[in-house]
Order: sequence, then structure tokens, then C-alpha cells
Amino acid sequence: MFEKLRKGFSNLVSKVITTELKTEKLRPVLGDFKLSLIENDVAVSVADHICEEMEQRLDGVQVKRLEDRGKIVRANLDEILLNVLTTNEKIDLLKRVEEKRKSNEPYVILFVGINGTGKTTSIAKVANFLMRNGYSVVLACSDTYRAGSIEQLEEHARRLGVRMIKHNYGADPAAVAYDAISHAKAQGINAVLIDTAGRIQTNRNLMNELQKIKRVIGPDVTVLTVDALTGNDAVMQAEEFHKTIGIDGTILTKVDADVKGGSALSVTYVTKKPIVFIGTGQRYQDLQEFDPEQFTKMILK
Amino acid sequence: MALDRLGSSLYDALKKVFRAPVIDEETVKELARDIQRTLLQADMNVKLVLEISKRIEDRALKEKVPPGVSRREHVIKVVYEELTRFLGEKPVPLKVEPGKRKIIMLVGIQGSGKTTGAAKLARYFQKRGLKTALVCTDTYRPGAYAQLQQLANRIKIPIYGDPKAKKSAVIASDGLRKFDDYEVVIIDTAGRHKEEKSLIQEMKMLEKAIRPDEVILVIDGTIGQQAAIQAQAFHDATPIGSIFVAKLDGSARGGGALSAVAAIGAPIKFIGTGEKINDIEPFVPSRFVGRLLGMGDLESLIEKVREAEVHLPEKKMRAFLSGRFTLTDMYDQFESMKSLGPLRHILKLVPGLSYNIPDGMMEMAEDRLKKWKVMIESMTPEERDNPKIFTSSRVKRVARGSGTNEKEVKELLKQYSMMKKMMKTLRRKRLPFFGKKFPIPQG
Ligand SMILES: Nc1nc2c(ncn2[C@@H]2O[C@H](COP(=O)(O)OP(=O)(O)OP(=O)(O)O)[C@@H](O)[C@H]2O)c(=O)[nH]1
Ligand SMILES: [Mg+2]
Repeated sequence: MFEKLRKGFSNLVSKVITTELKTEKLRPVLGDFKLSLIENDVAVSVADHICEEMEQRLDGVQVKRLEDRGKIVRANLDEILLNVLTTNEKIDLLKRVEEKRKSNEPYVILFVGINGTGKTTSIAKVANFLMRNGYSVVLACSDTYRAGSIEQLEEHARRLGVRMIKHNYGADPAAVAYDAISHAKAQGINAVLIDTAGRIQTNRNLMNELQKIKRVIGPDVTVLTVDALTGNDAVMQAEEFHKTIGIDGTILTKVDADVKGGSALSVTYVTKKPIVFIGTGQRYQDLQEFDPEQFTKMILK
Repeated sequence: MALDRLGSSLYDALKKVFRAPVIDEETVKELARDIQRTLLQADMNVKLVLEISKRIEDRALKEKVPPGVSRREHVIKVVYEELTRFLGEKPVPLKVEPGKRKIIMLVGIQGSGKTTGAAKLARYFQKRGLKTALVCTDTYRPGAYAQLQQLANRIKIPIYGDPKAKKSAVIASDGLRKFDDYEVVIIDTAGRHKEEKSLIQEMKMLEKAIRPDEVILVIDGTIGQQAAIQAQAFHDATPIGSIFVAKLDGSARGGGALSAVAAIGAPIKFIGTGEKINDIEPFVPSRFVGRLLGMGDLESLIEKVREAEVHLPEKKMRAFLSGRFTLTDMYDQFESMKSLGPLRHILKLVPGLSYNIPDGMMEMAEDRLKKWKVMIESMTPEERDNPKIFTSSRVKRVARGSGTNEKEVKELLKQYSMMKKMMKTLRRKRLPFFGKKFPIPQG
């Protein structure tokens, strides 16, 4: 998957080994590196950051032997990338659901994101994941706006054999979620997954509405879905959703579409929140847990 | 996180070119660098960007400047030409011959906006008096049929589909038989991407079965570097006639779509600018270039302002300028502004403003405009014609009637007197939005 991105990194290391560690010599090499990051869908601003850091760290470093230079470059790159990808906390979903279960409370997950990124499908996948691990699930159709959204989630619920709480189109999304949570509490259901209408992050009214939904229901975790095919806009989406709504983690979808993986870097850099899952296809089992440390190791290998 | 705003624009770079006393090699090189960066931020394919910026640099430095043209104008022209080279100079309309059936098939990656796009196109042709129908062949995604059906019902367009059927080709053929005497039949298909080989194969079969007059590739405006290669895969399977770029109402600049155009050579014919069924616009290359560069598009601003002019007869104009300006006139003014489209669409077209105004602020302005109108609606005719008679009890009544508060009503009245005063002082000058010749705001 992140093959190309990895190549970009190893190319840089081998090039820098034969370059004098001085700004004017480093610049062209780092310039090429930046383009290779961008080619792999790392947002321009994030690529800038990585390259500037590299330049600062390497400029004027004295090395005697060539091998040492390779080591220094690698170590610095490691550190910078770890900095970019370090997240505040990990989200072990099963552990968290279990904790709530012990106190007889449902674990509430709110799904947000721009239109068509894969919120509804990811909900079905996460429901499937939780059920396979022995937890009961209820879905809440708080997307009362988009045409066909209720029928879509309803069909997933039917296929999965779970309950879906719905109101009519145009109903208050927060009220639907509230009902679903009450239902889960009354029935002892372990997890509530809330689907919301997709919205473009620059639409202030819709973002305010989402803010209100979140305030009313107080979810245990808010997850942003980002389409892995997204370019520079991934940064804008992550930034804006994080700023106005506050997110705890992300799901990167459509990773099966031969994506280059740069969006993973962009989104994590901006939010400092972990990628919880990646979506790798249209079937329910096409959901993989995502380990940021492993990801870092993978690109730096 | 102190990321520099991606919305930063080429406007500053071009301004430098405008202001520089001489256009030397240094200025051109700097401009080429700025363009490179801007286009990369706009998601244009890296190789294409390098190629374009190189060409701009070469042409700007080496080409002979024709007599009567300054080097400065020449540089700007080169930039514009290099970008429209792929997009075409003029819009390419989607031609429909009345009385003859046109079959349009929409294809694209999951979640790119096909279904919404299908409804928007249907509405677009319906508005132009063409007998239009929709067919849903997406039996794959849950709720796909319900989605298109609900959209079709909203605009009263007939739809055919069968969510229980398996074969998309059979549904499509049945639908085409049913809509035999229609002028436009739009066929929505399931989403897929280049790695889903069996789905690509299915799309090919569908295309063979129905032989559409035009296959439209729907591209997500937010797509990054994968745009070209994905578009190529679609084009290889079913030759793409044109492109529809969706989700251009956010912050994405659409460079991915341009890269797709460069890769497969099909023109963009429409863009989607919002979630509503009417949020569709025919593609205009110059506007799109403005967007890519983070600059507004002068041409369409002028066009929109001209459209608005119709709403103000000359006689009324003169009355305004001589100081006869009532709340009713103010109300009409708001109405004609509304016909321009949402305020934010207008302001985005002003050069240099496009990325400087946060969307939230524009929506606030729009909200306020709406409130003002409700307040004026709650007034009596005398109050509207002669606002001087407003007393605090009248203010109170209007506030109650419009569901606002007294402060807001007073604010409106203040705004009114300000506008009235402005009319007077501008008696001799020409007003933007009002007069025949209007000054275009300069950035
Ligand atoms: N190939 C692939 N397709 C996916 C993946 N995740 C979602 N999709 C598809 O993407 C399309 C859109 O997904 P939805 O789940 O409807 O997206 P959404 O975010 O809920 O969309 P809105 O509610 O309209 O904003 C559907 O066709 C899904 O099958 C994935 O990981 N891989
Ligand atoms: Mg959805």
C-alpha cells in the first residue's frame, strides 16, 4: 500500500548520503523530496514542514564518514516523521467499549465528515466489527437530510441484523441520536453508532448544526471519515472539523483504490489524533485496525 | 497548528508583476515558482505542474512581445493561455437535439457525487424544456434507488429502477424502453474505482448494452494526485465524453479534475457547487482558471451584475439618487440581490476577495439580509414609505411581528438611513450594482 511513499523516503536517504550537508547543497535534494511527498498526496503545507525541519536539522552538521552521514539523515527523518505522526492517545475501541459495558453504559460513537467519504458504510463495518467481538450495537440515522439516507442505513441494519433508530426526513438529528442512546440504555445495548449528514467543512451553518448535535448527545468518541483519495483538501477538512467539532480519531476510507497514503500523514499531522481504522473495500470485513507506530515503521523501513 | 493557509493565492504574485517597474528574468522566475506552488496546492498533477511552470517561464522570457502589448500584459496572457490550453478557451455545451433522444450515462468513483449529479442534470434539462427521465442502475449500494427516487420526486421527473434486480444492463434496457419518447435519459450507475476490476468490467458491459450518446465521468473536486490515473482507467473501459466536477462549493480548487482533463482529453461541461438540486453550473474555463489560481473571475462578476441590472429601471434609479429612497425600495434592492444568487457566490467572484472572506461571515451577511426582509414585511405601507414616523411602540410591534428584537429593528432603520445618505452623496457618481457602468472593485 504505502509503497511509493516509502520509496520517496529511502530515495532521499540515499541521495543525501552523497550530498554535502549545507543549505545550498541540500535544497535541491529536499526540493525533489518535497515533490515526491506531494506526488504521494501529502498536502503541500505538510510537505513544506517536513522539508524545512530536515534542512534545519541537517544544515552544517559535521560528519567524518559516509556511513555516519546516512545514519544521521535516517535518524533525523525518523524523528521528524514520528513527530508528524505522533498522536495524543491511542484508541483501543474494544477496550473502551468493554469499560463502558462494565458500568452498564452504552459506548457512543459519532461519525462525521464531508459528503460521500464513507460515513454510512464505515458505520456498518464498525458495527460488524463490534458484533464479531461480542458486543451488541444499535444504529442511529441522524442523517435526516440527504435523500435516501434512511433507506441506506436501514438496509445495512437489516443485513447486519441490528436495530436502527430513525425519525422522518427533516427531523432533528440530535433527537434521533438521543432516542437511540435511550434505547441502548433501556435494552442494555453496548454501542450506539450515529450517522450524520455529510457536510462541506466551509459551510458554517451545517458545521454549527453538527456542533449542536455533538453538544446534545455528548458522544464518547467522535470519528472523522476522510477519503484517502483526497488531496490538499484533506488538511482543510481535518483542520476545520477538528476546530469546530473536535474529533478524537479518523477513519481513512477507500484505501483499496490504489491510494498513495499521503493523506494519512496530512490528516494526522493536522489533528494529532490517531487513525482508528482504514477502509479497504465495500464489504463489511473490509475494515482494518490501524497502528500508527506500525505505519511509521512501514514508511521508514 | 500553524500551517500556512492553502487558500493563499497567486493574486499577490500577479500583483507583483503588475507593480514591478520592469519585468526581468528574476520576476518571471519568481512568478513561475509561485504558480508552481499554487497549482500544487490546487491538487494539480505534479508532472503537469512542472511542465506548465517551465513553459510559462520559457515563453515569458523568450517569446517576442507583439507591438502594442507590454511585457507585463504578455506575462499574464501566457499564464492564462498555458492553463486554458487543457481546459479549452470556450465552454463546450452538452448538446441535446429537441425531438431526438439523448442517452447520458454517469460513471465515477464511490462517493464522487454521481447520484446528486444525475438529479442536477435532469433538473437542468427539464428547466430548458426538454422531456427528461432518470434511470437508476446502482443495485449495489444500499439505498441508491431510494436516493435517486426521492430526488426525482422532488423535481417531478419520472424514474425507472429496480433495487431487487441484479443485472444493471437489464434495468437500463428496460428503462430505455420505457422512456422511448423522451429527449434526455440520464443513467446513474454504481460507484467503482480502477482496482475493482470486476466492477469496471460490469460498467463496460452496461455501456455496450445501452450505447449511450455520452458517458460523463463525475470527479470529486477534492481528489488529489490519483485523479489522472483513475480517470484514465475509466476512459479505457468506457470512452469518456465529458466531465462533471462535483463538490466545488468547499475549499478544494479542482486541480485534480484539470489533471483528469489533461490525461483523457474530455472537456469539463458542468460543475456542482452545492448540495441542492439547482446547484449546477455549466463549466466556464476562465472561471475555473480563476479558481485554480485562487483569484476571482472578473468576467462572470460582470455578467452577474449585468443580469441584476434588469431589476432596476432607469426612472427608479434617478428617484433614488435624488433622495427618494424608501424602505420598500430597500426591500426591492435586497430582492434583486437575491436574484444574483447567494451573496457568497457573488463575493467570491470579486478578484482578490475570493479567499479573504471566511464563508461564515458571508453566511452571516445572508442571514442578516433575510432578517431585514422579514422585518420590512412586518411593517405597514406607511411605515415603509415614510420611515420617519417610527416611534418606539412601532419598533416594538415590528420586532414582535417579525420574531426579532427592538435592537435589530433599530439596526435596520439605521442601515436604511445610511443607505439613503449614501444615495444622496453618490448622486453624481455611479453606484456599483445600481448604475449602468459600475466600478469593479479592485483588490
Ligand atoms: N471501494 C471502497 N468504497 C467505499 C469504502 N468506503 C465507502 N465506500 C463507498 O463509498 C460510497 C459512499 O459511501 P457512503 O458510506 O454512502 O458515504 P457517506 O459519507 O455516508 O455519504 P453521505 O452520507 O452522502 O455524505 C459508497 O458507494 C460506499 O460503498 C472503501 O473503503 N472502499
Ligand atoms: Mg451517509
